Amino acid sequence: MLRFIYADELERFPKLKRTMFLDRADQFKARLGWDVTVDANGEERDEYDDMNPLYVIWEKPDGAHGGSMRLLPTTGPCMVNDHFLDLTDGVRVSSPLIWECTRFCLSRDAEPKTAGALMLGGGEVMAGFGVEHYVGVFDARMVRIYRMIGSSPEVLGAKGEGRDRISVGLWNFSEEARRIVAERAGIPPETSRMWFERSFGGQPLPMLAQTG
Amino acid sequence: MGKIERREALLGDLERAQGLEALQATILALRDHFHVDHMVYHWVSSNGEQFGCGTYSDVWVQRYVDHDYLRVDPVITGCYQRFHPVDWKRLDWSSKPSRAFQAEAIAHGVGNQGFSVPIRGPIGQFALFTTSHNCDDEEWARFTEDNRRDLILIAHEFNEKALELQPGRTPEPSRALSPREIDAMTLVAMGYSRAQVAETLSISEHTLRVYIESARSKLGALNTTHAVARALSRGLIVV
Repeated sequence: MLRFIYADELERFPKLKRTMFLDRADQFKARLGWDVTVDANGEERDEYDDMNPLYVIWEKPDGAHGGSMRLLPTTGPCMVNDHFLDLTDGVRVSSPLIWECTRFCLSRDAEPKTAGALMLGGGEVMAGFGVEHYVGVFDARMVRIYRMIGSSPEVLGAKGEGRDRISVGLWNFSEEARRIVAERAGIPPETSRMWFERSFGGQPLPMLAQTG
Repeated sequence: MGKIERREALLGDLERAQGLEALQATILALRDHFHVDHMVYHWVSSNGEQFGCGTYSDVWVQRYVDHDYLRVDPVITGCYQRFHPVDWKRLDWSSKPSRAFQAEAIAHGVGNQGFSVPIRGPIGQFALFTTSHNCDDEEWARFTEDNRRDLILIAHEFNEKALELQPGRTPEPSRALSPREIDAMTLVAMGYSRAQVAETLSISEHTLRVYIESARSKLGALNTTHAVARALSRGLIVV
């Protein structure tokens, strides 16, 4: 299931929290070889995790992390504006209607539908909070995954070659795109909507999820 | 005057505001324009100091401060450190103090409905821009759906202004337009179509959309037309 959790609420989900940062270390450090910081506990974190971002997380049936992404407003500090201005022609993308989406991560044993589910979660956030676009940084490997799940970003700029190619991309999420992603992920839009509503007070949170 | 024109005019007043009195005058005018019971801008600093302006009664504001309702108010506790807009119905009003607080707020005319936009400013600054009203759920859902986008944008403009009025504050460099945004806005001002602008700048139309949205936000306008007008009147672009 999808959860939408601000960093300061992660404590309530210890297993999910720990496995998310472990999976991030596995993906970004071990598999992609990015220059990221992994702490003594084997968890990958950067300064943006300290800014109380909103995580969209796919939780596996056993309560562990299956995949996630990290959202921040572009009106404050964010990766695209702090580190990748060279990829946006020097344009500081900053608007209350544009959020940044980074650290798109999938665990090694993620179910195939996980990436699509995360995208649907991103779509729920857009519809629920009036967000019109996401900007994000992604590597070459993700291009294929995004295409597979039916939600390819528009590339604003890129640098590097082959595997090391890093791009800044833009997502619009039309109803049509949403329908395609939902279909491919095999998750009805009503279901992702329900998960969103649960996280944001639409209906009471079930207690069983915390025991996994 | 059309709805958007009126809102742009009010944002223009906000931009020219030189002091807190002008902020108060603007929020009154905004409240009247949106035909709601109240609009409030509320700044809470990390050490718990508060500042604000708005249309709540003086009695209610005084009571709120005297009773330290910051600690009880679910709108504050539910929005603090967040950045998504919140309909009050989604907050947790279940505790006894929250329910008592809500009853008191309604008795003071705050309204049974509310929509708050949390804003994260620089270095831990936090503010809320709230619209509240007395009506049924259906009417409120319609109102927030129709006005959410503009309320979010106005909330951020209000905060920009409040930050700017702080003593000793240096202008925010992030509000300056980059050369690329200036190019895009100049071509739009010259009457080029989006496709023509994109082609001239050798970028995709999607990329152009982001540049224009970004410029619009920095110029504090609600739509592209007014963003262009502002850029022209400030001499940022010349055609």
